[in-house]
Amino acid sequence: MKLRSWFLLPARVWMALFFAAPLAIIGAYSFLTRGDYGGVEYPWTIESYARLADPLYLAILWRSLWIAGLSTAICVAMGFPLALFISRAGKRKNLYLQLVLLPFWTSFLVRTYAWLFILRDTGLINTILSALHIIKSPLPLLYNDGAVLLGLVYSFLPFFVLPMYATLERLDPALAEAAADLGAPPWRTLWRVVIPVSKPGIIAGAVLVFIPCLGAYLTPDLLGGGKSVMLGNLVQNQFTTARDWPFGSAASLVLMLASAILLVLLTTRRETKGLL
Amino acid sequence: MEPVLELRGLTKNYGAHRAVDGVSLTFERGGFYSLLGPSGCGKTTTLRMIGGFETPDGGEILLDGRSIAALRPWERDVSTVFQSYALFPHLTAVENVAFGLRERRAPNARERAMEALALVELAEKSARIPAQLSGGEKQRVALARSLVLQPKVLLLDEPLAALDPKLRKQMRAELKAMQRRTGITFLLVTHDQEEAMSLSDKLAVMNQGRIEQFASPEETWLRPATRFAAGFLGAVNWFGATGVRPEVTYADREQPSSNEAGNGARRAVVESTLFLGNRLHVHVRCESGESAVAEVARGREFADGESVWLWWNSADEMRFE
Repeated sequence: MKLRSWFLLPARVWMALFFAAPLAIIGAYSFLTRGDYGGVEYPWTIESYARLADPLYLAILWRSLWIAGLSTAICVAMGFPLALFISRAGKRKNLYLQLVLLPFWTSFLVRTYAWLFILRDTGLINTILSALHIIKSPLPLLYNDGAVLLGLVYSFLPFFVLPMYATLERLDPALAEAAADLGAPPWRTLWRVVIPVSKPGIIAGAVLVFIPCLGAYLTPDLLGGGKSVMLGNLVQNQFTTARDWPFGSAASLVLMLASAILLVLLTTRRETKGLL
Repeated sequence: MEPVLELRGLTKNYGAHRAVDGVSLTFERGGFYSLLGPSGCGKTTTLRMIGGFETPDGGEILLDGRSIAALRPWERDVSTVFQSYALFPHLTAVENVAFGLRERRAPNARERAMEALALVELAEKSARIPAQLSGGEKQRVALARSLVLQPKVLLLDEPLAALDPKLRKQMRAELKAMQRRTGITFLLVTHDQEEAMSLSDKLAVMNQGRIEQFASPEETWLRPATRFAAGFLGAVNWFGATGVRPEVTYADREQPSSNEAGNGARRAVVESTLFLGNRLHVHVRCESGESAVAEVARGREFADGESVWLWWNSADEMRFE
């Protein structure tokens, strides 16, 4: 074996043990029959996949795609101007980047709980608004799609801003100057040069947000309160309360497949090749 | 000829450093001009102030007699060819050229862009994106992209610096031909004195933010206004305040007659000889201590360490007090 291959060995062993093997087990489970108290039994069947076509589950799949898509769109709309601002900030660039990364200093779980305290009926916003007599009864800020959306955008915005910043930072400033020189005011330069040239970065950042959003579990669980269920929660339910391991396995494989198809589509396109 | 562009006391500071220090120049319509100087002399900053990318701290910029200092780059009727070309990587050659026309909502943008590409002999590569073009081709697209707008002044920032030497000479000729054909005023920034002299009708020698001389290439070569201008334009043998160019400095085995060498000849020792193909550079050290270079024809070599007479005509002297 060449020396080069030895360097790959730890990663290979790790991936085999903790990625490939569990994936194979899940794959096998998804074609088995549910056990009465959890676990799986024979015979082999495709019934779990057939059940996924049930309108109830299709609605959850659709809603997951929709919420993930909307979160991604909001992250792009908010993150692009922010990344552009940071890339032009000169000496303060590093300070702003640190601020974007600041939330990562605390645990994701703690930060999500913090939103509970801000949004709930007796939380920060409702307390202040009623103390100021702006509202009589608390606003329904928690346990709905809006709260899930807020939580997802809050969590994943940095995942868009960082690759976007890296792309914009590399953009030759002479391109914007050339556009201005040829008669384009700043917003036309943005539209005709900066955005098209940085499109690969926009797509890469959007994928980095969309995929984890699609499989999000904790945020819809805590902020959606079981009312705003996404695919991740469906999978979790099947392995715990519903005790339907084959169905949970099938759902998680469909989730993976959706992400994989998206990635393959993007990585084979000319302008995004080599970015992901 | 009427002036198309006038700079009056143009000044730019970067902190405590004065990058451009009271530059005043007048450019006539249809001329080819150069700003020549070493890196950091303020020539590019001057060009960027004309283009609108830097704000002057003092002075005025007049385009056709109207002050443009307050106008933004997209409002100025000048155009820049950038050193890096700054072609839009997502657009084809023809769409790069059409960019400015589309901004102006000009009719037949595409046809006019194709015509401009044909002018730089790139019509058959119009559908390529910049990554599929060579350095020289990119340069020509950048030129066409600016020329198609028929600016009052075309600003060129070291346009040939990124090309290899052979291509550079070829593009030099094309650039000059293009300027004559279009009649547009060209203002070129360069640190290459040969480029400035071969292209320009008039060139401005810049040093430390100031203009040392603004004259025709011949004038600057033969009668440099300052010691700096003399030295920057070409090699000079210095004998105190007197400068003599190597090509009019002669080395001989026999002592020249006194009417040939007005200021008398000097004894010198040959240190080395460089063979340059069509000529030789003989490096000598004078008994009086100065080192000098004499350019001699092939076949007139000296041995290293040989004693020679070094002389020149007094008409070829450049004197700076």
